[in-house]
Amino acid sequence: MVELALPKNSRIQKGRHWPAPAGSGKTKTFKVYRYDPEGTQNPRWDTYEVDVAACGPMVLDVLIHIKNTMDPTLAFRRSCREGVCGSCAMNIGGRNTLACTHGWEEVPGRECAISPLPHMPVVKDLVPDLTLFYAQYASVEPWLHTETPEPQKEWIQSPQDREKLDGLYECILCACCTTSCPSYWWNGEKYLGPAALLHAYRWLIDSRDEATGERLDDLEDPFKLYRCHTIMNCAQVCPKGLNPAKAIAEVKKMLVDRVV
Amino acid sequence: MDNYRTPLSRARGLGSAKHGVGHWISERISAVALVPLTLWAVFGALQLGAGDYDFAVAWISQIHNAVLMVLTIAIGFWHMHAGLRVVVEDYVHTALGKAALLILNLFVCGLAGALAIFSILKVALGGA
Repeated sequence: MVELALPKNSRIQKGRHWPAPAGSGKTKTFKVYRYDPEGTQNPRWDTYEVDVAACGPMVLDVLIHIKNTMDPTLAFRRSCREGVCGSCAMNIGGRNTLACTHGWEEVPGRECAISPLPHMPVVKDLVPDLTLFYAQYASVEPWLHTETPEPQKEWIQSPQDREKLDGLYECILCACCTTSCPSYWWNGEKYLGPAALLHAYRWLIDSRDEATGERLDDLEDPFKLYRCHTIMNCAQVCPKGLNPAKAIAEVKKMLVDRVV
Repeated sequence: MDNYRTPLSRARGLGSAKHGVGHWISERISAVALVPLTLWAVFGALQLGAGDYDFAVAWISQIHNAVLMVLTIAIGFWHMHAGLRVVVEDYVHTALGKAALLILNLFVCGLAGALAIFSILKVALGGA
């Protein structure tokens, strides 16, 4: 059944409070999810009073500041710090987004809660285990399938057909959309989720691909595709401004086109 | 324990059922059909509310009223069955509980729809 309450060992307890260092300027409180699955303790909320005057403008700047100056045990992923790699996706102020492109001033109130992407196993603190998410992406075979002998140069495509990939190819696989989707929370093992389906559509609509029928065969399934109930969380949270719900709707339309 | 299954094996699962588009289309077409039928049913109920028993029997005995009423009931229960099925599939994850609820959904919707249609026909064909 759907889990309406967290299991006993997942309930989040009150954690440690880290006061602002003496002589701080403007401060803001950050409530950060802490968990070590290898330990015996339940997850906890640690609160850090951060001297935001000494930080850059983004939530990632705050996390790096906490790790460097207050608590080196805090774990989180980050790499490009400019919204390209998708590593620092997390839930900030109740909304999945990238810590590196989300300003701490954008989070209303005095306190900002930061937790890992929802409903995924936690490796440590803000680091979720995205193994299944990546495997679901791999399962849609996100590469060009052709049978025609390879041309001497490249597979050519008209500018109009290339335009159809706009709004799809930009996905950075940060998993903000998939982990914000209630359908994915309840049926994540069977439903492919918005990110994988957006990529599936990116290859379905590619004029150079020759496996459209097989791709549609593999998607036509009550769970893999049709668990999407157009909830639209995916489109609301996508930090790149993409619309996975629309891509999924287009896949559904292609399946209808096949039978009528 | 599925710790030793590869992630790709988990993601692929049992593969595609290769159906689902029919269910998706029937949900939408029945929803579209129910818009005018429900408006008509509300209009009919208002008429029936204003009249007495004999008026109601005469009203249902009219061929267009009987046919539209049967269609409203049949499509309504069909749509209800399709919708409840999705709810069960979404939220119930134990194999036995899911199978039992899906069968119960089918039987309850089927039985209720059949009883309602029989009742309409009985009145319409002069049995009541």
